[in-house]
Amino acid sequence: MSVDTATVKKVAALARIAITDEDASRLAPELSNILGWIEQLGEVDTSGVEPMTAVIANHLRLRDDVVNADPLTGGGIRDALMTNAPQAEHGFFTVPKVIE
Amino acid sequence: MADLTDLGIAALRDGVRTGAFSAVEVADAFVVKVAKAKPLNAFLVETPDHALSAARAADAARAAGETLKPLAGVPIGMKDLFCTKGVATTAASHILEGFVPTYESTVSQKLWDAGAGMLGKLNMDQFAMGSSNETSAFGNVISPWRRPGDIAPLAPGGSSGGSASAVSAGLCPGATGTDTGGSIRQPAAFVGISGIKPTYGRCSRWGTIAFASSLDQAGPMARDVRDCAIMLEAMAGFDAKDATSLQRDVPRWEHGLSPTMAGKRVGIPKEYRVDGMPEEIEALWQAGIDWLKDAGAEIVEVSLPHTKYALPAYYIIAPAEASSNLARYDGVRYGLRDLPEGAGLQDMYAATRAEGFGAEVKRRIMIGTYVLSAGFYDAYYTQAQKVRALIARDFELAFQTCDVLLTPTAPSAAFALGEKSADPIAMYLNDVFTVPSSLAGLPAMSVPGGLDKAGLPLGLQIIGKPLDEQGVLNAGLAIEQRAGFAARPQAWW
Repeated sequence: MSVDTATVKKVAALARIAITDEDASRLAPELSNILGWIEQLGEVDTSGVEPMTAVIANHLRLRDDVVNADPLTGGGIRDALMTNAPQAEHGFFTVPKVIE
Repeated sequence: MADLTDLGIAALRDGVRTGAFSAVEVADAFVVKVAKAKPLNAFLVETPDHALSAARAADAARAAGETLKPLAGVPIGMKDLFCTKGVATTAASHILEGFVPTYESTVSQKLWDAGAGMLGKLNMDQFAMGSSNETSAFGNVISPWRRPGDIAPLAPGGSSGGSASAVSAGLCPGATGTDTGGSIRQPAAFVGISGIKPTYGRCSRWGTIAFASSLDQAGPMARDVRDCAIMLEAMAGFDAKDATSLQRDVPRWEHGLSPTMAGKRVGIPKEYRVDGMPEEIEALWQAGIDWLKDAGAEIVEVSLPHTKYALPAYYIIAPAEASSNLARYDGVRYGLRDLPEGAGLQDMYAATRAEGFGAEVKRRIMIGTYVLSAGFYDAYYTQAQKVRALIARDFELAFQTCDVLLTPTAPSAAFALGEKSADPIAMYLNDVFTVPSSLAGLPAMSVPGGLDKAGLPLGLQIIGKPLDEQGVLNAGLAIEQRAGFAARPQAWW
């Protein structure tokens, strides 16, 4: 699979990564190369094979239906959550205006 | 007194217990060594106070006649992928610069609960993506090893390159690593130390910065097999905060160590004899076979027919998971924010991520985004997960005729920095022997086997059945005792 610069720009937009035209022209052959290499997987006959979902058979647990059963993953830690925010006001994360 | 930094985890623990030296003396000795080793660039943050406070607690407990904790008096290094409360944690990426976790990862908490102290946070490939430690935003880690008469800096391997470099240079007796496709085993092999990736789910992923969640697994890197067993015991264990954590008791691996391989069958996968494998690797592999035979094992040839598809499957699955996991870095809740003049929200996301992520991270996010995008998902991702099931089945069938597998850890000794960084695929191929067992979630370890002609370490890999870390450690011990690997890098830093 060969990807062109337009595809690279589309993928970058989906990934929310700003790229310049220069980046896109550099990345196009690079990604084409890697994608070409991984395409050999198409050779493998996988008919009747279920895609893997878990490497080690494991039962997915439900946690106890208790509020704040584990304080580390419970609530009431707003201030701790906000301490690393690039910008926060009144206990909210702030972002540039979204709606005009 | 002999130099305490020459001692490993078991010797330090035992010496503190018997009072041969104090834990504070140990911590002081390592703190000095870390401070002097700046040219290796192994540490991103030094935390001498953390190490000293754990050491004082150990000495106080001994003075009070209390039973000492399993790692009392042992200072370690912590890969910067583990969130450490109050200590900057960046995964070696600009996008997390300035991030100071308000919580502790389960693995690091378990180590502190076991009495260990932290000497600092270790440099690594950015978001654990790399095999040479050249993708860190904070500079390359340099291997303490050099080719004779050559000062060209060598790669310590990756992604746990800081851990590898620090343990090999004697800056810490052990360090945490994480392994997604070989990130514990390949660097361990490059610097002549031991490292084990346990069965997927043994160590909790909670608080470990995510790369590819179905593959990421923490493990120890240390000077020998016993030290790895001791440290792994402290790191492993069920954690309700990780949905894929295994609800299993942690075996007493150190207690169960035995170098006798009588009655054990060691499988040699024929597909691992790859084209162009250096003679020295071939010779080391044969030496490993002879050592295990000498320990009483029977050698059998096995086949893992889908081996050649492991790397391409990995380079779909891991980037796909990474593209999803790394979507969280958006400049809103933590880390870097780049807000160009007049930019809206979408522009802020894109600018932040363009500025914060390194080239390899962006490359993998883009590959992941592409293979998951509409119209391509089944051809790439679903097919890769099917191939992954076939790879796991190959191992399952092989383990019907053998107990462990023996392979080289990497297809070469350490390469020079810059030697492979221009060609992503050449770099990816370095993980050819470690990726298949990662895809199958199996325990696997690297132990040093010998030196190549240039005097650089080479590693042997042992792969075990699910949950059979003991079998892996024991085979590793059998090799360790026969290889007699005692080479250490000459201090130049």
